[in-house]
Amino acid sequence: MTEKPFIDIRHAAKSYGALEVLKDISLQVQKGQIVAIIGPSGSGKSTLLRAINDLDPLTSGEVWLEDMLVNKPLSPRQYERHINQMRQQIGMVFQHFNLFPHLTVRGNITLAPKMLKKLSDAEANALAERQLAHVGMLDRIDYYPSQLSGGQKQRVAIARALAMEPKVMLFDEVTSALDPELVEEVNLAMKKLAEEHMTMIIVTHEMGFAQDVCDRVLFMDQGVVVEEGPPEVIFRAPKHERTRNFLRKHLQGNAQ
Amino acid sequence: MGLDFTVLPAFFALLLVGAGWTIAITVAAAILSFFGGIFLAVIALYGPAVLRYPFRLFAWLFMGTPLLLQLFLIYFGLIQIGIDLPAFVAGVIGLGLHFAVYNSDIIQAGILAVDRGQYEGARTLGLSRVQTIARIVVPQAVRSVIPPIGNNMIALLKDSALVSVIGVTELTLTAQLAISRTFRPFEFYLAAAACYYLINLVLEAGLRHIERRIQMAR
Repeated sequence: MTEKPFIDIRHAAKSYGALEVLKDISLQVQKGQIVAIIGPSGSGKSTLLRAINDLDPLTSGEVWLEDMLVNKPLSPRQYERHINQMRQQIGMVFQHFNLFPHLTVRGNITLAPKMLKKLSDAEANALAERQLAHVGMLDRIDYYPSQLSGGQKQRVAIARALAMEPKVMLFDEVTSALDPELVEEVNLAMKKLAEEHMTMIIVTHEMGFAQDVCDRVLFMDQGVVVEEGPPEVIFRAPKHERTRNFLRKHLQGNAQ
Repeated sequence: MGLDFTVLPAFFALLLVGAGWTIAITVAAAILSFFGGIFLAVIALYGPAVLRYPFRLFAWLFMGTPLLLQLFLIYFGLIQIGIDLPAFVAGVIGLGLHFAVYNSDIIQAGILAVDRGQYEGARTLGLSRVQTIARIVVPQAVRSVIPPIGNNMIALLKDSALVSVIGVTELTLTAQLAISRTFRPFEFYLAAAACYYLINLVLEAGLRHIERRIQMAR
């Protein structure tokens, strides 16, 4: 008897006209689990991730977070209220940071807690300081995003998402836009989060990171999950030809 | 007869009053045109159709007709339907709405140029559509279009001379008053021009200061 899943994606499908991006994907994630999704570009892995907080709505299928249906069919007005509630519980970090350039690091982090959780300035500031200390960015609290390096921006973006105290964190290729020497600091911040048993779903091209940190790895291609399992199985002894091909190409690519 | 600038000092106080009104009407109309421009841009891009189409007509009217005619309509025309506005107020409304329409076009372009990721970043945190537009999209859009808006404000300052025709005793009208007493048009128009130029320098310095301050926050 397995535990009731924390995140339960049931028969997720998405198509743009005739193009099927996701084909009947089901995925259960337990609380505290860390799942990596790998696969070639265009495989649907980002689309699946973005379906979890309904940023890219599914054509059919359901996404559950605990006992709440995220993509609940509601009237537009009710849906707006519902999804804003749900998204407060689902943190997300993007490839291109999406920090707000007109706000300082402090402003970026305190905006949502102040607006949505009605935190006072003092409470929000304390929260921002705590979250920034966590990712080693406290000394940059009064900087603007334009004054930070890519790795620093991404660490601030992680702190911003964590400030809403989400139940799960989604990472969408968060190190893909970074210079190689800046990847490690972001990976470290994520590892730290993993050690604190945050539930995480990570779309990544970093096979080494997936191997080190994740409990499970999903390999996606052409809108389906081709293979999934613990990292040692997926990376060392993949069963499917497509997985082997992908990993071989990817490792060659990295060696160059 | 030659030029004689010694006539100027006697009317210095009068010109100063005129300059004061020019500044007052420019500042008031600039504020109206700035916030009006934001309002019109947001309605044009996000408003419901019942608001969008009347506002488009409104914008088209203000862009397609001369400012001078608009001032006449607001000041002399509205009296006929019982709206008797002081000349200053009519001038501010006319100038402000006229430039609000131009600012709105610029701000709309700025809003459309804000990266989609900004919207997604805010929505992902749980901000609503309205909160995202108000706190994330519009502030960034406005920052990015401060230079062209500044150009409009400079044009507004110069076009404020038009309100002299509805009797606001601003710089141009006070120069004309002085001329009617001294018959020295060259000296007084030149003096008024110098005043406009000085006000413009201050305005430009202010705009540069704002641009510098927001440079980091973009």
